[in-house]
Amino acid sequence: MSAAQLQIGSSVTIESKQLDLLLQALRTQGFDVVGPTVRDGAIVYDHLASINDLPAGWTDEQDGGKYRLKRRADSALFGYAVGPHSWKRFLHPPIQRLWSAKRDGHSFQVISQRPKGVKFAFLGVRACELHAIAIQDKVFLGDRYVDPVYKSRRENIFLVAVNCGQAGGTCFCVSMKTGPKATVGYDIAMTEVVQEGRHFFVMEAGTERGAVLLSGIPHERTNPQDSEKAEGIVAETARHMGRKLDPAGLKELLYRNYEHPRWDNVAARCLTCANCTMVCPTCFCTTVEDVTDLSGEHAERWRKWDSCFTLDFSYLHGGSVRATPKSRYRQWMTHKLGTWIDQFGTSGCVGCGRCITWCPVGIDITEEVRVIRETEPAGGDGPTKKGSS
Amino acid sequence: MIHNLEPIIREQPFFQGLEERHIKLVTGCAKNVRFEAGQVIFREGEEADKFYLIREGLVAVEVLVPERGSTAVQTVCEGEMLGWSWLFPPYRWRFQARTRQATRALAFDGKCLRAKCEGDHDLGYELLKRFSRVVTDRLEATRVQLMDLYGTNS
Amino acid sequence: MAQTLEQPVTTGLTPNPMLPEPHRIQRLRSETDDTFTLEIEPTDGRGRFLFAPGQFNMLYVFGVGEVPISISGYPHGTKPLQHTTRVVGAVTRAMRRLKRGDMIGIRGPFGSQWPMEEATGRDLVIVAGGIGLAPLRPALYHMMAHRESYRRIVLLYGTRTPEDILYRRELERWRGKFDLEIYVTVDRASSGWHGSVGVVTTLISRAPFDPSNALALVCGPEVMMRYAVMGLHKRGVPPERTYVSMERNMKCAIGFCGHCQYGPAFICKDGPVFRFDRIESIFGKEEI
Repeated sequence: MSAAQLQIGSSVTIESKQLDLLLQALRTQGFDVVGPTVRDGAIVYDHLASINDLPAGWTDEQDGGKYRLKRRADSALFGYAVGPHSWKRFLHPPIQRLWSAKRDGHSFQVISQRPKGVKFAFLGVRACELHAIAIQDKVFLGDRYVDPVYKSRRENIFLVAVNCGQAGGTCFCVSMKTGPKATVGYDIAMTEVVQEGRHFFVMEAGTERGAVLLSGIPHERTNPQDSEKAEGIVAETARHMGRKLDPAGLKELLYRNYEHPRWDNVAARCLTCANCTMVCPTCFCTTVEDVTDLSGEHAERWRKWDSCFTLDFSYLHGGSVRATPKSRYRQWMTHKLGTWIDQFGTSGCVGCGRCITWCPVGIDITEEVRVIRETEPAGGDGPTKKGSS
Repeated sequence: MIHNLEPIIREQPFFQGLEERHIKLVTGCAKNVRFEAGQVIFREGEEADKFYLIREGLVAVEVLVPERGSTAVQTVCEGEMLGWSWLFPPYRWRFQARTRQATRALAFDGKCLRAKCEGDHDLGYELLKRFSRVVTDRLEATRVQLMDLYGTNS
Repeated sequence: MAQTLEQPVTTGLTPNPMLPEPHRIQRLRSETDDTFTLEIEPTDGRGRFLFAPGQFNMLYVFGVGEVPISISGYPHGTKPLQHTTRVVGAVTRAMRRLKRGDMIGIRGPFGSQWPMEEATGRDLVIVAGGIGLAPLRPALYHMMAHRESYRRIVLLYGTRTPEDILYRRELERWRGKFDLEIYVTVDRASSGWHGSVGVVTTLISRAPFDPSNALALVCGPEVMMRYAVMGLHKRGVPPERTYVSMERNMKCAIGFCGHCQYGPAFICKDGPVFRFDRIESIFGKEEI
């Protein structure tokens, strides 16, 4: 059956052990395969040499401010939700040299940094993460200017998505309509099925090259029962979301409530530690640092991840515009759920729940939204009463 | 002579909306005055018995600071009102006013006006409404001035 | 709050908006004790650096850093590029020490522009506070070069003291030559000053323009702009005909670093010039 030509939309079944063939095929084609692996008590994204590096038999327990790894009864390879890493660390690197320059008499010469031709294959991308990548595409590729670093990395990505077999404790992709089923943006999408005596993947080709890759490994056309089983698993996941958020009219709600007392409540808890922005798969803010060597002859500009939670993020001759933690939390949440829509056409949130899990004090964005919605003063704030439209 | 001023007074923005009978009352206390450039109109501490509506020119409201000389804190020009110390006891000027340019103005006798206001409370209310407006605008502007917006930490 | 943000026009982008291009400093002129103007020529023989009034460049001092500074010179012809700035930090301090012949890196121009098109056929009221006159000067140059396209042009300019007045000789020249009405006021008079004393917003109520068709351009510290807009509104100039120039922390100037966000707007792309009604609902809100 392997010789039959696969196309976009073709669905095949492969045995779990054969997943390694897929991984090796990608490596042979020159892809640096990155995916989930256990490290330091968490499931992070790192370079994979084989499927032995995957977190077989591990799962996670997540809640507000809580993350624990636990052993599974089976040896599922993708039986967990998302961890502190997101794929943005590969597409939008945390530290990046933008250019270097050297003195040239009275003048200087700027040498642009040609982005290295990295070719990543992401193995195990969740549906919410596919949306997160699409959202960052809009930020870095969609407007007047294009980020060359992001572009060069993004162009070469091979995406192997995985449909979630279980919902995470803080997940709300169903509310944000970003999962749990991967629908667009992947080369291959897999659903893992572990049942008595069998451990297999139902793989769907999302693109030409996905189909070609699948053709090259031992597979069988997926039979209707296995297909139904896979669908059922994903449907079940959708029924067990850890959180819920009602996105209806959310932007307008936040625009109306800049002065809501709830912001003071959050401010009393928020440490402005910036964890949420670090783990969020769509947060993109950076800062630049200009450095020289000791001789003063060579200079470089580096770009690093930054966070709107830092005090000097909004520094403007003599002081910061957003001096209080309250204003910074408000900025982050209003941007993520509100102004992002005006900027890029979609919400900035994909419902992955990372910000809830990794907040040291367990601030829950879904709860903050719920409280503001339910306790909104009649008619909204004074100054914005004239309407946001 | 006094009646010649009625049309002039009627067209002053400051008196806009004032009823005819009040215009007549006010005119009864008014006269035309002229100052040369650099002339002191009134000094700090002197009896405050007038207020002025500037018709043309520029007047500086000044404070005397011994080591700095007279410092202008505000200037008043055409169409604007100068002087409100005549409204309340002790009826003494708190600032000095000196012209920056040749200036023509309408001067209103304070004692005369105070008497007419006591007699006609409607007139009193109308005048006080207009004065309060000017004073609040000036207070707002002064506060903004105090903020020293253009300083290094603005 | 505007649901969609207008795409402003940009001209003459440096080839790679992320790389500073070295340019030679022709002259560094002291304007006041903490403000100076750089005159810069293009290095690569292109002859002109195209920009629209209201736009800014990111200026890079080798090894020190980069700051956003509004362009303050002629938008036409082949005159040198000008930037007027105050010394407010490490980069501007280092910039102040540059001399003729030194090189400075430029990325730009970036940002939205003063509405010269919309202004044709109208009265123009320009309210400038302190160094706010610098980003407005290219608009004034443009207007003077096309004087017949506009009706009355009134410039209201306020500074802290008479010593802080920028472009003083030029202001005198404009008064005489170009049928421009210029009113200058200071917050604090010194002994030689014979002009108006008081905040610039006090000039608005009596400035000679027709509010029913006038366009207002306002630039200066945010507080000053707030009161100026209030004064203009009181006079009858609506938010749709009032333009302000906003400022926030900036790092990349191309909409990627996120620092310059102001509500939904990126000041580097959607601003710095904004039509006031588009930001009215967040303008003046605390810590936005």
